[in-house]
Amino acid sequence: MKKMTVIFDRCKGCGLCTTVCPKKIVVIQKEKRNPKGYFTADCIDQDACISCAMCATMCPDCAIIIEK
Amino acid sequence: MERNLMKGNEALAEAAIRAGCKCFFGYPITPQTEISAYLAKKMAKAGGVFLQAESEIAAINMVLGASSTGVRVMTSSSSPGISLKAEGISYIAGSDLPCVIINVQRGGPGLGGIQPSQADYWQATRAMGHGDFQILVFAPCSVQEMVDMVTKAFDLADKYRMPAMILADGLLGQMMEPVSFPEISPVPVEKPWAADGHKGERKHNIINSLYLQADQLESKVRERFERYDIIKQNEAEAELYLTDDADIIVTAYGATARVAKSAVNMAREQGIKAGLLRPKTLWPFPSKHFIEAAKTASNFLCVEMSMGQMIDDVKLSISCSKPVSFFGRTGGVIPKPAEILEEIKKLSK
Amino acid sequence: MAAVFQRPKSLVDISTHYCPGCTHGIIHRILCEVIDEMGIEGDTIGVCPVGCSVMAYDYFSCDMIEAPHGRAPAVATGAKRANPDKFVFTYQGDGDLAAIGTAETVHSATRGENIVVIFVNNGTYGMTGGQMAPTTLPGQITQTTPFGRDPKVQGYPVRVCEMLSTLDGVALAQRVSVDTVPHIREAKKAIRKAFENQKDKKGFSIVEVLSTCPTNWGLSPAAAIERLQNECIPYYPLGVFKDKEAGNND
Repeated sequence: MKKMTVIFDRCKGCGLCTTVCPKKIVVIQKEKRNPKGYFTADCIDQDACISCAMCATMCPDCAIIIEK
Repeated sequence: MERNLMKGNEALAEAAIRAGCKCFFGYPITPQTEISAYLAKKMAKAGGVFLQAESEIAAINMVLGASSTGVRVMTSSSSPGISLKAEGISYIAGSDLPCVIINVQRGGPGLGGIQPSQADYWQATRAMGHGDFQILVFAPCSVQEMVDMVTKAFDLADKYRMPAMILADGLLGQMMEPVSFPEISPVPVEKPWAADGHKGERKHNIINSLYLQADQLESKVRERFERYDIIKQNEAEAELYLTDDADIIVTAYGATARVAKSAVNMAREQGIKAGLLRPKTLWPFPSKHFIEAAKTASNFLCVEMSMGQMIDDVKLSISCSKPVSFFGRTGGVIPKPAEILEEIKKLSK
Repeated sequence: MAAVFQRPKSLVDISTHYCPGCTHGIIHRILCEVIDEMGIEGDTIGVCPVGCSVMAYDYFSCDMIEAPHGRAPAVATGAKRANPDKFVFTYQGDGDLAAIGTAETVHSATRGENIVVIFVNNGTYGMTGGQMAPTTLPGQITQTTPFGRDPKVQGYPVRVCEMLSTLDGVALAQRVSVDTVPHIREAKKAIRKAFENQKDKKGFSIVEVLSTCPTNWGLSPAAAIERLQNECIPYYPLGVFKDKEAGNND
């Protein structure tokens, strides 16, 4: 069950989301670049996610969808 | 029709209200401050908005804002203030917005003087702002024409989506003449492009002059120039006075044309076949009348209250096929009929 | 599962040209959230500046007008005076609002124009490559102060909210920041208040939003946020400098 989804093509890999997650489960993944060449953000533990939406609030690109 | 004795500036202001001008933004500067003063009193009662802006720059930008939302809007200034508006006018033209701008010319350059002049012709017809664009330029020569041309300016500005200027001068602005106001009911022009709030009923409108893709900007400009070609075909106007058999064509616009007409009459009394070709629109320039006159006349005498600016367009329009002489006074000095008659006599020898 | 966070409707769903980590994106979003929550998109006209956000007209789905550099408050005045029942806002950077546009800013404020001005203050001229702005801090290195801003040569920064708070026509002058999630929420509340002021015809409202420019500050987005917290907020204190409703004129 995915609570935090990053829109892969939209993310610019700025990393601001990684600084505000209270559970420290948002990172910049270094496996795959998106079409713009950025390494994108990703939630590494969906079960631990509390859908607080702090990451989405901080994201300048509306690249994060939060569901509960 | 009822006739009133009115000052040029005030008649122009009254005509703007009757033409459906909804907003006026201006700044005091001699010799056109009466326009602001008149509209300050009358605009609100006519259901419109008058606001004295903090500068001529702010005023032209308020014009941009109001015009973007689809209303008829006007500003007014004199030479130095028109220079300040250059950037705003370029943006208005580049955004395909209509508006009316009044320039009651005074002596220049710089702070210059407050007496009449015609030294802003080049500015109005060639350099009203950066970039490839034109504005409509009307040249009244009487208080009645101030009224008639303001109405025309609003109509054509809306029709062709561009700025229109009334290029008057301090003499016309300050003089008092009988004037009548024809009954007109301004027909609201549909402006589906206006940024007046989409109400969820259409896509959002963007009023903009920025096109970063060069080929897109080029095609925008070319499209605009196609409109200008239509205007050149259809909207140029001139008054022809005794030109049919004239050997010497005196050409002048605005207040200078009034003086030149007197000189032409004096010349005729002395048996000299002089005529007056008076452009009423400076852009588009009434070239075809000059071409026609050049077929039979032997000389042109261009008279201006400047060092010679319209003379370029006279020469260009007839491809220098006949000699074009110049007589001018500048700095705020108004030429006298006798001075012009002297020049006509020199040419008739 | 229900979405608890998604893009506001009046924020156009396209990728922006802003740099990674640029706070324009956050400010655009909270502005659009306010417009959506008030249901006023169809009655709103926005005026964009010259600067990084020159193409903001592509990102807001209300009607938009592009203004010459600095002149947005005058353009907004024209649009608002012609359409008093519409919501008009400007969105401007520090060069636009506090350098070339100072007269238009001050006079629309003192006239009490019923508009909302969003002032994005990041202490630099981003679009043109990072030159000194009126709000550049003393000692800050920019392209035109390569040895650091020296008050003896380049003068002192200007605190816009404090300056405008002296004017009677101002209904709200509030400085906010988007450096943390709680601050972003405060910033949104301030923008909402500004639009409510416009609805109630209270006068001129300005929300100054302290922002970052990672590219021209030469910092990563996260480090830029830290600079904002450590250097900018102390110089530009957050708070309400004028609030007509509260009868607060400090």
